[in-house]
Amino acid sequence: MQADIFTRRRNGGLLFFTLLTVLTTGSIVITRYDVLKGFTSIFRAFAWGAANFYPDAGAMTKLPDILLKLKETVLMSVASTTVAAIFAMFLALAGSSTTGLCSLSGIITRGVASIFRNIPLVAWAMVLMLAFSQSELTGYLALFFGSLGFLTRAFIETIDEVSNKPVEALQATGASYFQVVFQAVLPAGMPQLSSWLLFMVDTNIRDATLVGLLTGTGIGFSFDLYYKSMNFHAASLVVILIVITVIVVEMISNYVRRVIM
Amino acid sequence: MALLELKNVTKYYAGPTPALAGVSFTVKEGEFVSVIGPSGAGKSTLLRCINRMIEVTGGEILFGDLAVSKLKRRDLRKLRTGIGMIFQHYNLVDRLTVIENVLHGRLGYKSTLAGVLGLYSREEKMQAFNIIKILGLGEQVYQRCDQLSGGQKQRVGIARALVQNPKMILCDEPIASLDPNASKIIMDYLKKIANGMGITLICNLHQVNVALAYSDRIIGINKGKVVYDGPPGKLTADLTSEIYGTESGELIVDWGERYAS
Ligand SMILES: Nc1ncnc2c1ncn2[C@@H]1O[C@H](COP(=O)(O)OP(=O)(O)OP(=O)(O)O)[C@@H](O)[C@H]1O
Ligand SMILES: [Mg+2]
Repeated sequence: MQADIFTRRRNGGLLFFTLLTVLTTGSIVITRYDVLKGFTSIFRAFAWGAANFYPDAGAMTKLPDILLKLKETVLMSVASTTVAAIFAMFLALAGSSTTGLCSLSGIITRGVASIFRNIPLVAWAMVLMLAFSQSELTGYLALFFGSLGFLTRAFIETIDEVSNKPVEALQATGASYFQVVFQAVLPAGMPQLSSWLLFMVDTNIRDATLVGLLTGTGIGFSFDLYYKSMNFHAASLVVILIVITVIVVEMISNYVRRVIM
Repeated sequence: MALLELKNVTKYYAGPTPALAGVSFTVKEGEFVSVIGPSGAGKSTLLRCINRMIEVTGGEILFGDLAVSKLKRRDLRKLRTGIGMIFQHYNLVDRLTVIENVLHGRLGYKSTLAGVLGLYSREEKMQAFNIIKILGLGEQVYQRCDQLSGGQKQRVGIARALVQNPKMILCDEPIASLDPNASKIIMDYLKKIANGMGITLICNLHQVNVALAYSDRIIGINKGKVVYDGPPGKLTADLTSEIYGTESGELIVDWGERYAS
């Protein structure tokens, strides 16, 4: 019986590696990807970057423009995330098994959340572009829907995990639904809930850059513009500023997390 | 005078075997009743049917002159306000302070808005302070509950129940997570509450010797049926093994060392 399990494990492992090898070599052959050339070109890319991809004095004159776009992107990300968080909170309350209205509302909200969450951001942006063309609104809504799905799911799990015991206790004292939510669910879940919110702001600032490339707005658009007009020095300034922003935001959210624990 | 009366109460969860199969008994005012029985016998289910945290499938429960299963939402809140509940895992909001957790016991008496905002009257706060002091937590009033020991947390749980001015308190394994020392302190407080304050106590226990030492009456249940209902003095070793199913009786109760009180 036991030996059986071991041979099954080994056969499973063997099968997995065979499949992996076949897939890898298969796709290399089909796409005619030259592995050696792929690796060597990485070094050439670095060499080119060192020679061209750094901000010079000319790039610095673009700094105010870039900063303006950067601010736009950051604010849009924060706005879409916080608004999504408010909606997600209502959905999560309805969808959680501790605070939900009935089992049907749980199934529906979980379903909607996982559909929203599993549509990639880029797909949201493309679909929304059909409706709103290239505009701020498209980017905003794409981030909003993506965040809504993710946060609803995260909030449901947080609520279920941290608050089912105190919720039971408060219901047993005769507290009403909203009293339970405000006196037990929110205080008990506050650190995790805000942690998810900060994480989402963080991710959205990164993603907003990519979405901006598509929708032609914000910092992503700046990069696109400079890059396509071969102003690599300005483009490199954009990249550096994005990296700095992401690091700063991360530091802020880590600090806030520590304080609210 | 009978405070609580159960008539032929049954409860089916999903599946054909009942968790409660025709449970009937009455409880007098100020009585300390212990409910004992093996794991899965239906003790927690029984307790939660009384304050309708779980809906019964059949039978009737009378609390005073109220038919519990017929109450509308508002009246159900009122019923629960008069019944305290104490849990094995304390069910406190760990991130809130002792006083905040104790005041949760007042929520059932308040308007939704006042409860949501946590606005408690002077008298309510004074009462909460007094009860906290009586339970020996005077120095921890403003401490967060995650900094307390298990025994202290359970005393906060008791205080939260007492601040409701309840006629009855339901305890679901109040000492199952505590060491013998803390257990004795908690049981002594519960005894005082029943005999000194005239509050009816129904207490699920899994230590038979504790039940024997503290209660006025013992109800033994097995597979959802009442198999013993009488004073501790008449509970023989034979009857105990009948409650717990054959043989396991001796394992659970050590007849040589009855709890010293
Ligand atoms: N929410 C539920 N859904 C389905 N079945 C349940 C549920 N809660 C309890 N049961 C079942 O009902 C029976 C009684 O459970 P209950 O929790 O009342 O037992 P208990 O006497 O409190 O046990 P323990 O001493 O382990 O706490 C068990 O068979 C359990 O599996
Ligand atoms: Mg139980």
